[in-house]
Amino acid sequence: MAEMAGARRRRPRPAITHDNAFFWEGIAAGTLLLQRCRCGRLRHPPGPVCPVCHSFEWEAVPASGRGRVYSVAVAHHPAIPPFEYPNPIGLVELEEGPRIVANLVGVAPDAIRIGMPVRCEIVEVEEGWKLPQFRPAEAGRS
Amino acid sequence: MSRLARKTAIVGIGQTEFTKESGRSELRLGCEAVLTALADAGLDPGEVDGYCNFTMDNNPSIEINRAIGGGDLRFFSCIHYGGGAACGTVHQAAMAVASGVADVVVCYRAMNERSMQRFGAGVQDRPPMPTTENAHFGWYAPYGLLTPASWVAMSARRYMEEYGATSADFGRVSVACRKHAATNPAAWFYQRPITLEDHQNSRWIVEPLRLLDCCQESDGAVAVVVTSAERARDLRQKPALVAGAAQGAGREQQMMTGYYADTITGLPEMGLVARQLYADAGIRSQDVQAAVIYDHFTPFVLTQLEEFGFCKRGEAKDFVRDGNIELGGSLPINTHGGQLGEAYIHGMNGIAEAVRQVRGTAVNQVPDVENVVVTAGTGVPTSGLILSAS
Repeated sequence: MAEMAGARRRRPRPAITHDNAFFWEGIAAGTLLLQRCRCGRLRHPPGPVCPVCHSFEWEAVPASGRGRVYSVAVAHHPAIPPFEYPNPIGLVELEEGPRIVANLVGVAPDAIRIGMPVRCEIVEVEEGWKLPQFRPAEAGRS
Repeated sequence: MSRLARKTAIVGIGQTEFTKESGRSELRLGCEAVLTALADAGLDPGEVDGYCNFTMDNNPSIEINRAIGGGDLRFFSCIHYGGGAACGTVHQAAMAVASGVADVVVCYRAMNERSMQRFGAGVQDRPPMPTTENAHFGWYAPYGLLTPASWVAMSARRYMEEYGATSADFGRVSVACRKHAATNPAAWFYQRPITLEDHQNSRWIVEPLRLLDCCQESDGAVAVVVTSAERARDLRQKPALVAGAAQGAGREQQMMTGYYADTITGLPEMGLVARQLYADAGIRSQDVQAAVIYDHFTPFVLTQLEEFGFCKRGEAKDFVRDGNIELGGSLPINTHGGQLGEAYIHGMNGIAEAVRQVRGTAVNQVPDVENVVVTAGTGVPTSGLILSAS
């Protein structure tokens, strides 16, 4: 029972498909990757085919990790383990263009502003498992 | 004008009581609502030859049909995307009847959502089977963006930023719905109105959404019966003609997380529905006397008012500040109390209320109703109706 309860306290894991495995492998290796079509267009969340040129060929390219807060939601209830509350979750517009959802850290929820420059860091949030998160960019580095 | 316009009508409505613990099976709730709707129409269960429900409903049509002694079925459809399909059930029923595929189609939703399967509990136990839908949730769940309220909150925050809407503006929607529920004996919040101060003092669920921005969780069932407009004339009730019926999913449609388009402050899928409905029915926004606007969360009520052209984009906050959405206003909405005030039956109770408004039998009746707009779940592929008296 204790083991099962422990299992439930893990963060939910993403479903890994042939289309998104590169992203999660990149995170495990410490790199935020974006999908780039042969035509040059970036896309996130990833998909199997380019909606514009219809190519199924793509490569994974590293993102700079720099971006700005496009929107934010601060979760309070229900409190679902293992998350700590209040839990600020950002929608970040990367400087390359695509937007991505991840936790915002290193800033009080009340101090988060739309447009705030942030940078990505990849953190081992649970043993053997990493996630991207964003914190306010330091002056001169944004 | 669509070939569907005014060819069919809703001729019967039925519902159970709305509670937090029904004490009986979802199947029984469904049967009760369906039989009540057929009796309301004056139709025998043996005359039913079609059904339409939507995903997340746990009651297959053959189970309902067998249980109530229905007839041989020629049409049965279960539409995807949960509450976004509420009006879509009538849309498909109308298509089936207008094309001659079926004669009498029952649309229903029955759920012990509060006592058995709370949506607000989140999706944390979703198994990581690599299906397309599970992969979608994988972009949000690992960070704690787990509940419908959280998915809407992200969109709402951006809407506030761009248009200057405030939490109090969201609250005005809740206050209006609870005011209407307070005089509806079928509403869970009958005789329990709230003030804007109550709203502002209610706790955060997911900022910027407070508790009183979120609809209830409910047990109950609603069913409606669709048949041809011609046959409707010979039945027991004044027909609510299906003047417009439409589904809509935008080209960048997501399931609750429409975060990636150039702008995210609208609901393009609802704009698509609105344009089709007005074209079908041959009317404009000023020809609508009342509306049932899907209110799982208050911010998207403002967006829908804009998508339907009841006010300009970004100006719904002014529209609600001026009291337009309350009884006596220029466009009373959710006169039954909505899902905030009456019950959360995934949008189907709103269709029943629109029928009552057209019949002239609502407890909070709007005078001289000719056309009522009804919308379904937002932030997902959605649907809508215009029901008309003539």
